[in-house]
Amino acid sequence: MTLKHQLVVDHLAAGYGEKTILNDINIDIKPGQITSIIGANACGKSTLLRTMSRLLSPSSGHVLLDGRSIHNTPTRQLAQTLGLLPQSPIAPEGITVSDLVSRGRHPHHGFLSRWRKEDDEAIAKALETTKTTELLDREIDELSGGQRQRVWIAMALAQETGILLLDEPTTFLDVAHQIEVLDLLVDLNQTRGTTIVLVLHDLNLAARYSDQLIAIRQGQVCANGAPNEVVTEDMIHAVFGLQSQVITDPISGSPMVLPIGRHKRIKHT
Amino acid sequence: MINTSSTLARVTNGRKNRSKRWKCVASLLCLLAVAAFSITLTLGQSFTPPQDVINVLLGEHVPGASFVVGQLRLPRAIISLLVGMSFGMAGVAFQVMLRNPLASPDIIGVSSGATAAAVFAIIVLHMDGSSVAFFSIAVGLLVALAVYGLSYRNGASGARLILVGIGVSAMIESFIVYLLSQAQAWDRQEAMRWLSGSVNSAQIHQALPLILSLLVFGGFLLSRSKDLEALRMGDDTAHALGVRVGMTRITVIVSAVGLIAVGVAITGPIAFVAFLSGPIAVRLVKNNGSLLIPSGLVGACLVMGGDYIGQFLLPSRYPVGVITGALGAPYLIYLIIRVNRKGGSL
Repeated sequence: MTLKHQLVVDHLAAGYGEKTILNDINIDIKPGQITSIIGANACGKSTLLRTMSRLLSPSSGHVLLDGRSIHNTPTRQLAQTLGLLPQSPIAPEGITVSDLVSRGRHPHHGFLSRWRKEDDEAIAKALETTKTTELLDREIDELSGGQRQRVWIAMALAQETGILLLDEPTTFLDVAHQIEVLDLLVDLNQTRGTTIVLVLHDLNLAARYSDQLIAIRQGQVCANGAPNEVVTEDMIHAVFGLQSQVITDPISGSPMVLPIGRHKRIKHT
Repeated sequence: MINTSSTLARVTNGRKNRSKRWKCVASLLCLLAVAAFSITLTLGQSFTPPQDVINVLLGEHVPGASFVVGQLRLPRAIISLLVGMSFGMAGVAFQVMLRNPLASPDIIGVSSGATAAAVFAIIVLHMDGSSVAFFSIAVGLLVALAVYGLSYRNGASGARLILVGIGVSAMIESFIVYLLSQAQAWDRQEAMRWLSGSVNSAQIHQALPLILSLLVFGGFLLSRSKDLEALRMGDDTAHALGVRVGMTRITVIVSAVGLIAVGVAITGPIAFVAFLSGPIAVRLVKNNGSLLIPSGLVGACLVMGGDYIGQFLLPSRYPVGVITGALGAPYLIYLIIRVNRKGGSL
């Protein structure tokens, strides 16, 4: 996993049926960094992540992993490099944490291959990293939302991919659990060098936790770069149609967006 | 990173326990199937001593026993076993793939489609043997495709597929009744076979197509068992784990329909065996491994047990489908209530 993989989106267009959602997208995902995709509802950010993880085929253009189109790569081979945590994965009823995490080893096994020691080691490591060791024998249904998300991330880690894509991993979590999950992703990024790409709703968390931000507007890349360059009042207005004031986050030094609504303003007399 | 070795030990233990549990359940089901098989051979209207049964099986001529065991009970037991396995495996494959216990072939019209084809082939076209099976497979696939197509709108949703399937199934069943009423020479026995399934007319030579179908289609399903397990976590997750979802789907549909159609062409659609086996197997195996083999064994036990109850333990004789139907109906009601409350999963 020391090898840094290059993920490039090249003139990509995609959609569902006749409906085009993404148009001429060009992105370079920086290896070994955390990249967040942001944008308004229905702007195409989830579609972009789905296409980047080959859940959806492009109508034109390519997604290239180390120079090779992912839509032409055997899916099992791809799954050894490119991991994905979908928005709503389903846990089989009554499954235990260790069983679920062990399923991340699927791409490393053929039809008849035997379980190896390194499989168990990868699982143990994934459990340690996500601090889910204590939950090992518990059933998924009994866990809290934050614990459950950590377990799903552990499954994706057991897959041991150099790149991990996550579709809104913090949705449905309370703020403490959101931070917990994002901190975990930074740990991964720093200790394992995993390249991380995620779709995030919360702008301020995206700005705080990412090295690269990609803002999508109506199926096109509207801004792309470091949070400091991307998050401006003009960009927020263009992407979300929202008036705002951008200040410096006193905790992290990253840009922070304060939305301006029609009410609840301090009256200047 | 201090406790990695103890975590590793726990992970390894957990995995070994799971595989132990799977083997334990599978062996118990095997024993149960063997027991049901032996009872069918030894104990019917009259009792045949096990020694005589063994002698008959070894090909010796034992006065009386040779006819009762060799001609009557053995074909029945073998066909029940094989058909039960076919239905059990096919049922659970559909249920796992579509992540819904209601998605079994006998609910969504595949079984009734294959049955209608068999009835049509035998009564109207006067076909017999393997041509009936092939015709039945073809129509079964067609019905499966039709149900899939009719429920397709931005991807096939499970609930819509099941509702469409129930509708299609009802239509086809009325067609079967129509065919039976038009047939010139039909007796009650024959009609019962096509309406609810029966092993009353089982003959030993019918075992061959069933064995072939289990080897080929069952083998295909088993080769996909890991992918099927991954599909239980949703199509997206399975995809991310390197499963070729579309390919797996096609393999599973074709194999399961094949298993169902060959079975149905011989015994008729033994009610609810495909539907019941998977959920029973899940409760026994839990999440400790593939459900295909356990479910096949459950199916075999259901058919053999149901047939035995229908023949000997009730005031008058009933075909096996009536018994399994009576078992399955309450479960169907329970499932519909439960699925309504909390969404279905196997």
